[in-house]
Amino acid sequence: MSHHIVQADNLRFTYPDGTVGIRNVTFRITHGESVALVGANGAGKTTLLLHLNGCLMADEGVLKIGDYPLTKKNLTAVRRSVGMVFQDPDDQLFMPTVFDDVAFGVLNLGMPETEVKNRVMQALETVGVPHLYNRPPYKLSGGEKRAVAIATVIAMSPDVLVMDEPNSNLDSRSRSRLIALLKTFEHTKIIATHDLDMALDLCERAIFLHDGGIAADGPTPALFRDEDLLARCHLEKPLRMQGCPLCGAKNIKQAGPTIRHSHPVKG
Amino acid sequence: MAKIDNSLLDIGYMDKLASGDSSLHRLDPRAKLITTLAFILVVVSFDKYAVSELIPFFIYPMVQIAVGSLPMNYLMKKVLLVAPFALLIGIFNPLMDRETLIQIGSFHVSGGWVSLVSIMIRFVLTVTAALTLITLTGFNAVCMAMEKLGTPKPFVIQLMFLYRYIFVLIDEAARMVRARSLRSFDSNAMAFGLVAPLVGQLLFRALDRAQRIHLSMCCRGFEGRFRTLGPMTIGLKEYGYVVGWSSFFIFLRFYNLPVKLGEIVTSIF
Repeated sequence: MSHHIVQADNLRFTYPDGTVGIRNVTFRITHGESVALVGANGAGKTTLLLHLNGCLMADEGVLKIGDYPLTKKNLTAVRRSVGMVFQDPDDQLFMPTVFDDVAFGVLNLGMPETEVKNRVMQALETVGVPHLYNRPPYKLSGGEKRAVAIATVIAMSPDVLVMDEPNSNLDSRSRSRLIALLKTFEHTKIIATHDLDMALDLCERAIFLHDGGIAADGPTPALFRDEDLLARCHLEKPLRMQGCPLCGAKNIKQAGPTIRHSHPVKG
Repeated sequence: MAKIDNSLLDIGYMDKLASGDSSLHRLDPRAKLITTLAFILVVVSFDKYAVSELIPFFIYPMVQIAVGSLPMNYLMKKVLLVAPFALLIGIFNPLMDRETLIQIGSFHVSGGWVSLVSIMIRFVLTVTAALTLITLTGFNAVCMAMEKLGTPKPFVIQLMFLYRYIFVLIDEAARMVRARSLRSFDSNAMAFGLVAPLVGQLLFRALDRAQRIHLSMCCRGFEGRFRTLGPMTIGLKEYGYVVGWSSFFIFLRFYNLPVKLGEIVTSIF
């Protein structure tokens, strides 16, 4: 049995106040895939993510994690295999020190003390912040908080990594560091974002959400070239696929997601 | 609001002091907590006119400050900050209790004044003891110690969460107040009609956040039990510390050291 497969079949969820969260959502994500969930604000990205480890339960439809449908009974098992990184690291880091925070999930898995310590330090090293282990979370910078939030999840070695806007509120250097870090993970990744450049870097597949439904599902570079689709979903082409910022040239040779354009030197 | 921000930074400074390394810092938090409680209990158990008996008790916080190399000025400032509350409790004593208690020549000191001084001394002693406990141990370690000593878990968890999220909450409040003051040019004072919605919104935001935190805890396998890695060990050192200090406090409780010393000195001359 593989926990790495995430399969949604006709999911539908309506909030208690009547707002439709998601509707008719169907997809299948297989082992090792890296998928970007893109859409404008309020398109239903977060709502869908919250379904993936049972924070919300669909009103209709079936969500399968691994081979079994997600129910209240197997919630604990599912939460072990699906790690979720929340949008605001302050929500995720609630313990007094960074070490305690990363250890929180591992301890709940019922591991022995030495194993817990190993795992925590290993996770902190993976995200490059082992020196922060005894600091209180509220004293960290935005980038550090994000790194620790990711460490809290990978310490539990989940099969699927789910992230909600992992690069929100990060400066450009922290952002590129985060992208480089995420590239090294071999987990199945589901990343909700409206940073299409990051999606281009990290994910070979993109699912477009619009008004709670799936507007498109396919290879990232091809979908990001579809201007009609982008306009319909209130999105814009990733910066690096737009015209040259200096001369506005549009006829840039496009070779895969990375586009090279030699700019004539003036003078 | 800047004032609140600053006092919060101060709390951070207390944490920094707590991460110091001295023989007192290394002591198990439980030993320090029990000793501090014993100290406070003994100090408040004296009768209301006790003054000279209380003076030797300053030895305890002084030793803590010296051995733990804590910044004296900083602690004094903190004590002064809460002094008005203690003063408020005793301020009417001189008016209510006018009976002469001490007479030095033609100078009469009423019982009210003596009890006011006694209240202030007790206040300085107990608050300094509590402050040294926190600065030598750290707030969270004190909470852990409370839990290990049998304080109900929900209560301890509440305290720890309060300490973690007070920063986030104040930050949110500060942003709301700043946003208001940037758009209200004429008055600095906040109208009551405006306070209510601000506080209400703060409550809703806090509830929202609490829900998100709970979700993120559930996502990491939380099932109602807080598991912690607590390398707390009580050894001979800790027992010695608790028993040593506690017996010293009890000794001071029943023997008025300054009076005894005075008697010895006067008997010599």
